[in-house]
Amino acid sequence: MTTRAELALTSLQAPRRRYSEDAVRVVLLTAAFVSVATTFAIIFALLKPAVEFFTEVSPWDFFSGTTWTPLFEPAHFGVVPLLVGTLTVTFWACLVAIPAGLGTAIFLSEYARPRVRSLLKPALEVLAGIPTVVYGYFALTFFTPFLRSVGINVEIFNVLSAGLVIGVMLIPTVASLSEDAMYAVPHDLRDGGYALGATRRHVATRIVVPAATSGIIASFVLAISRGIGETMIVLIAAGQLAQISFDPRTSVETMTTFIGATAQGDVPTGSVEYKTIFAVGLALFAITLVMNIVSIRLVRKYREVYE
Amino acid sequence: MSAAPNPIHRARRDIRGGLFYALLLVSVGLALVTLSVLVGQVVIDGAGWVTKTLLTAPPSIDPEIAGARPAILATIYIGLLVLLFTVPLGVATALYLEEYSDKERWYNRFLEVNIQNLAAVPSIVYGILGLAFIVRGIGLGRVLLAGAIILTLLTLPTVIISAREAIRAVPDSIRQGAYALGATHWQVVRRQVIPAAIPGIATGSILALSRAIGETAPLLMIGALTYVSFDPTILGAFTALPVQIYNWIRQPQAEFKLLAAAAIIVLLVIMLAMNAVAIVIRNRYQKRW
Repeated sequence: MTTRAELALTSLQAPRRRYSEDAVRVVLLTAAFVSVATTFAIIFALLKPAVEFFTEVSPWDFFSGTTWTPLFEPAHFGVVPLLVGTLTVTFWACLVAIPAGLGTAIFLSEYARPRVRSLLKPALEVLAGIPTVVYGYFALTFFTPFLRSVGINVEIFNVLSAGLVIGVMLIPTVASLSEDAMYAVPHDLRDGGYALGATRRHVATRIVVPAATSGIIASFVLAISRGIGETMIVLIAAGQLAQISFDPRTSVETMTTFIGATAQGDVPTGSVEYKTIFAVGLALFAITLVMNIVSIRLVRKYREVYE
Repeated sequence: MSAAPNPIHRARRDIRGGLFYALLLVSVGLALVTLSVLVGQVVIDGAGWVTKTLLTAPPSIDPEIAGARPAILATIYIGLLVLLFTVPLGVATALYLEEYSDKERWYNRFLEVNIQNLAAVPSIVYGILGLAFIVRGIGLGRVLLAGAIILTLLTLPTVIISAREAIRAVPDSIRQGAYALGATHWQVVRRQVIPAAIPGIATGSILALSRAIGETAPLLMIGALTYVSFDPTILGAFTALPVQIYNWIRQPQAEFKLLAAAAIIVLLVIMLAMNAVAIVIRNRYQKRW
């Protein structure tokens, strides 16, 4: 198959060079360059103040310290409590998003009739489109009181409520990516299973899911990355107490909460507090970047196999 | 996608299969129930507070007379600016990638991975970028235009990805036909590819925009959380609707939480209206090849 760029060349070449054609190419390339520039701008914006930060605070203290009090005297810059906060929230989010998202994907891809599918998919799109500040409102004003009413004694700001609501928010992410991967599994494989007398459950769990593994894992990784980067829900519902606690009923501070809350105040440029935002932001960006690249690679893998 | 029912197994009941099916229904139900409870709760809390005051008055420390007019206007302005910036940039990038780039070149592959990654960068990181470069770096300040630029960068990858899909859906036979008639590369793109892809591009752009106007964190980073009592201007201080909602949620008085719910209703209605437009365009103008 010829690519479209080649197709363009197969047209009879004009007798003289058309400069306007070249100009179009340059204009389009310039637009594409904006995206590349954005990435470099992000990296540069984070690196410069972060490097300055690490000249004042040793990286060892930052990555191994267990006390996070950057805005108070005596200031401690141990990022571990923020990492633990981020990971516990993400853990509870995944506990909801991964099984429910995968279940939804299997249902959509293997069980749902076309009519059910055509109603369920837009509903998931709506769920994915709801602003995170609205989920935050829901976590704080409905879900936390609800947890208390069923006997789980949570604090007003707590990990459990924020984490579980983030989990629901991530269901469409897991479901739609996983379903794409299952959809790409050739029908012959399913038919082969049925011919051998497999039930629909066996076809789903032993043939389709294994065949779509790389895409499914990609959806999990992307969901974890989104959970780590989620800001508004934790800012509203999980509090701002930088402590190392694995008790989901208590409040924590995540990396995103710290960035979001600190930048709200008018922090003077160049101060250590200001640079702290960038050091934490760099850590956040690095973690999510690695996960995104893993996810992109995995998606490409199943596309190469089946498409 | 479902295959034909399996008659052999209809003979005896497949209990595990039934149980598995029930589990799948539970996972689907979880999303649907939460969605209904969420919307129901917001409507119960906020419906009584969606008043003329909310739409026309500036914010106030008294919830009875507080409104979100400056925030609503700012969100509309930001939405229009984002649309104005992202559509040309996004479509141009998508055209480059689909119609001009040679996929074998490393820089084109890098461009592609770069865009996919940007689509998954946490929104608060865009806020940091805005704080460092746009607000302080080039000294634009904490103004509405800065917010629009940040949301443009945030939305751009989504617009590019959906525009690429729309362009890819235009069959090659159309291009070949045009080339056969002697059209140049750009003439093919401009007269054939772009018109055929417009419905898909419009749908994708509107959906991306409806996500953008719900974004809170990046705007928070550039100081949109301020008291603004006047109608916003492009180069003035601003607060957007989601930020106003966050501000009200934070207030200790219960009335402000209800006011937040009312503002959420307004935001959801705006987003729903945009989605409806997108769906109408998709259903009415999209060609099946």
